[in-house]
Amino acid sequence: MIAALLVSLIQVLIVLLGAPLLVGAMRQLRAVMEGRVGGGVLQPWRDLLKLLRKAPQRPEGTGAAFRLAPLLGVACCAVAAAAIPLVSTRTGLGAAADLIAAVALLTLSTAALALAGLDTATAFGGMGASREMTITALAEPAILTAVFALAAKVGSTNLPAIVATTLGHGARLASPATLLAAVALGVVVLAETGRLPVDNPATHLELTMVHEAVVLEYSGPDLALIELGAAMRLTVLLGLWSSLFAPWGVATSAGPTRLLLALAVFAGKTLALGALIAAAEVFMAKLRLFRVPELLAGSFLLAVLAVTASFFLA
Amino acid sequence: MSVNLVGTALATSAGLSGMAAAAALCSPVRVRVPMVGVLSALLGAAGLVAGGAALAGHGFSVRMPDLLPLAGISLQVDALSGVFLAVTGAVIIAASVYGIGYAAGPARGRLAQALWPLFAFSLLLVPAAASVSTLLVAWELMAIGSVLLVVSGDPADGRVREAGVWYAVMTHLGLVTILIGLVWLSAAAHTETFAGLRLAAAGVSPAVRGGVFVLLLLGFGSKAGMAPLHAWLPRAHPEAPSPVSALMSAAMVNLGVYGLIRFGLDLLGGGSRWWWLATLVLGALSAVYGIVQAAVANDLKRLLAYSTVENLGLILVGVGAAGVFEDSGHPLLAAAALTAALLHTATHAGFKTLLFLTAGSVLHATGTRDLDELGGLRARMPVTTALFALGALGAAALPGGAGFPSEWLLLQSLIHGLAVPGIVVVVVLPVAVGAIALSAGLAVATFVKALGTGLLAKPRSAAAEHAHEVSGTMRAGMGVVAAACVALAVVPGATAPALMRATAAALRGPGTSLALGATRQLTALGSTLSPLLVVALTLGAVLLLRAGLTLVSGRKRRRAPVPLWDCGAPPLTARMEYTATSFAEPLQRVFDDVLAPESDIDVTPHAESAYLVERIAYSRAVPDRVEHRLYNPVLHTVRRAGRAARALADGSVHRYLGYGFGSVVLLLIVLAAAQ
Repeated sequence: MIAALLVSLIQVLIVLLGAPLLVGAMRQLRAVMEGRVGGGVLQPWRDLLKLLRKAPQRPEGTGAAFRLAPLLGVACCAVAAAAIPLVSTRTGLGAAADLIAAVALLTLSTAALALAGLDTATAFGGMGASREMTITALAEPAILTAVFALAAKVGSTNLPAIVATTLGHGARLASPATLLAAVALGVVVLAETGRLPVDNPATHLELTMVHEAVVLEYSGPDLALIELGAAMRLTVLLGLWSSLFAPWGVATSAGPTRLLLALAVFAGKTLALGALIAAAEVFMAKLRLFRVPELLAGSFLLAVLAVTASFFLA
Repeated sequence: MSVNLVGTALATSAGLSGMAAAAALCSPVRVRVPMVGVLSALLGAAGLVAGGAALAGHGFSVRMPDLLPLAGISLQVDALSGVFLAVTGAVIIAASVYGIGYAAGPARGRLAQALWPLFAFSLLLVPAAASVSTLLVAWELMAIGSVLLVVSGDPADGRVREAGVWYAVMTHLGLVTILIGLVWLSAAAHTETFAGLRLAAAGVSPAVRGGVFVLLLLGFGSKAGMAPLHAWLPRAHPEAPSPVSALMSAAMVNLGVYGLIRFGLDLLGGGSRWWWLATLVLGALSAVYGIVQAAVANDLKRLLAYSTVENLGLILVGVGAAGVFEDSGHPLLAAAALTAALLHTATHAGFKTLLFLTAGSVLHATGTRDLDELGGLRARMPVTTALFALGALGAAALPGGAGFPSEWLLLQSLIHGLAVPGIVVVVVLPVAVGAIALSAGLAVATFVKALGTGLLAKPRSAAAEHAHEVSGTMRAGMGVVAAACVALAVVPGATAPALMRATAAALRGPGTSLALGATRQLTALGSTLSPLLVVALTLGAVLLLRAGLTLVSGRKRRRAPVPLWDCGAPPLTARMEYTATSFAEPLQRVFDDVLAPESDIDVTPHAESAYLVERIAYSRAVPDRVEHRLYNPVLHTVRRAGRAARALADGSVHRYLGYGFGSVVLLLIVLAAAQ
């Protein structure tokens, strides 16, 4: 029990400390590929520490929803990080580490942030909230249907059980059902973390921005939490994806050396996925907002195909 | 002689209902409203006790042959009835207490106040009925009571009258289909008591049973707001006074589900697979259509009414899945699906009551239900805003909300449904999961919109600016149901033993695989959900972060107010805010083909020159498309037929006598031919 709690704690800490580094690495890779010098891998951490030292402020007319959203964003990601078997399948939440609950927690943080955007009563906040909720709402069918495809084979939505089963039957990963579900969930991860082609994290143009419009009024420590929350969300979702579709390296026991190795493999996998996204983003343009539903509908269709494939090709 | 708790409680509620109605008719207006409220709340408490006792395993059965001519009254309460009795009773308590502070204008009148306890009692009578005739009488009492209560708010208002007519016609068409179905069944089975039907149903031919089920699905489905028979719901719920809306939306519509479970699963014993596939598909359709309409609705109570269509659709998906699983010999899966449906019935009743009561408070304080004119209520009505947020969390089915555990359980049962053989199931189940997920996602967007534009942000009209917090009794009514919502959201496992008894009563099979006694978590079919742990961890992390932040930022607790970013062109006015309409615009575009919104731009040129514009008027409406495409043609045809029939009645007595003679001759010929 103590070992399991320790695993969860380690997972939360690695996500908390590593997430800004992942974002820094992705930005640096993109800068290098685009021929810029870049701010270095540590730049997001420097930004965070600087923001944390500033005085907290209260934009006029904002209320509890505005102040609570940054805290909830980080908290939800932390709980999800504790539940998902990123490093070991023996997490502290045990049987309660449910895939649907983890996904719903991340949706909760999105909803809280959208409410904060609306609470500011500015056009930017409302616009961003509206776009963010539209994308979230349409991403949901693809997520849960892909979950269906994965869970139907294992007979449970328990995350450690799914990961342990995949680890035990490595050949299942190559089945059409798993591959289709991987693509479907991959598209959704991009949409949920606000990456290209759904949202451009580097833009502040009101015609196109989604996430950045919601958080426009945040400053100081609140902004630091928002940035940290966004980075953690990216890390957690990439970690979830790799745990589901590339679980190699995830420890099934709680031995210290095994855990250290798993930690290194997790960092490597997440960095590799991040690098892949960053490299792809160099060559990609943002989709028009009203083309995004087509992308998400395509992802949903792939997920339905995954379910059907898992039935017919079992 | 031992006293039967269920029977005593039901008798008490009948007595209280009569007392409250008498008090309403006799007492002066000043004491009338509080007295009716208190007595009705006690009536609800009696219903809750009856339901709770039934769920704890106490049965009750009574026959009163002299009470009604020909058939008499038969009552029987088992655990399945208990679920609906308990839910209804709890809703009555909250809505009655709330109604004391809410009633105003015509709703304080003798008739409106006397109707309330009678309607409430009829809601308790329906699930307790044990014969076809008793059920039909209770059903009709419930229909009449609710129709009169819908129009009791402001009978002079044209929209209220229109809603009343729609509702009266649709509820009676539903009654007619149920009546035909049940009479057909009783005639075929040669009995009208439920106990007799249960035994005789197996001997009835499958064709008759199928026909009866289709009629019952239409009748009970229309009461449960099943698309496309939902058209009365978004009309009647917004126009009714808010406690009435709450009682209708959280308690009355459930009885449609009760009817389907009682007759389809229990008395008819499951039947064929196509019955339940039809139920499942119609449920999924209702869920998606309801929430898409809710996402673009601007009227707060209309939004909630469409959300009811969505949630009842989810419940029907659960009932349909239970039927499919039962038919294919998977009793454990069937029990899990039915448990999910019953749990969602309870959780939906909780958060929908809370939402309708808080929406009523908003309406009471501002006089408008239009989200585009609300906003800024969080500072003016903090209690209402907090409670609405709690209800919205439940309706959005997010962790910490009441709707989450029940939707989770529903998904669990569907995920395991691939074990059922058959191509249709393989196609239907993933699409049903997709439909549930889409409705859950859109529900998040819908309730972010309702909370964010309706109660947060800045006021968009003078009415919202001058709002005030509502009275103590209204807050008490909302508080009671809020506490129930929190309990259902955090420890849903506590309901497991009761729900297991109820599913066992409906399915007559082995019990469900829900973990018994584990109140901290919900375990079903190899998966576990622990809402308590999730909520506690998240709240703990929030507090920890807050403490850490205070430590880092060095006790700079006071936040300095700073102006909002106004693009350098102050001041920011309320007209620059995003409204509910603008929030829903992207979704409206995405679902353009489903919603078919009507927008109209009217450009008036200047009198001097056609090139100068004097005025531009833009209007947009999202009519209910089902209503347009399905109901309007029928209404037109009926109206045309009525007008054409006028030519038959020209006032000539000879002609009328001729009609009579002709009919008798025709009848005799038919009878002779039939001999």
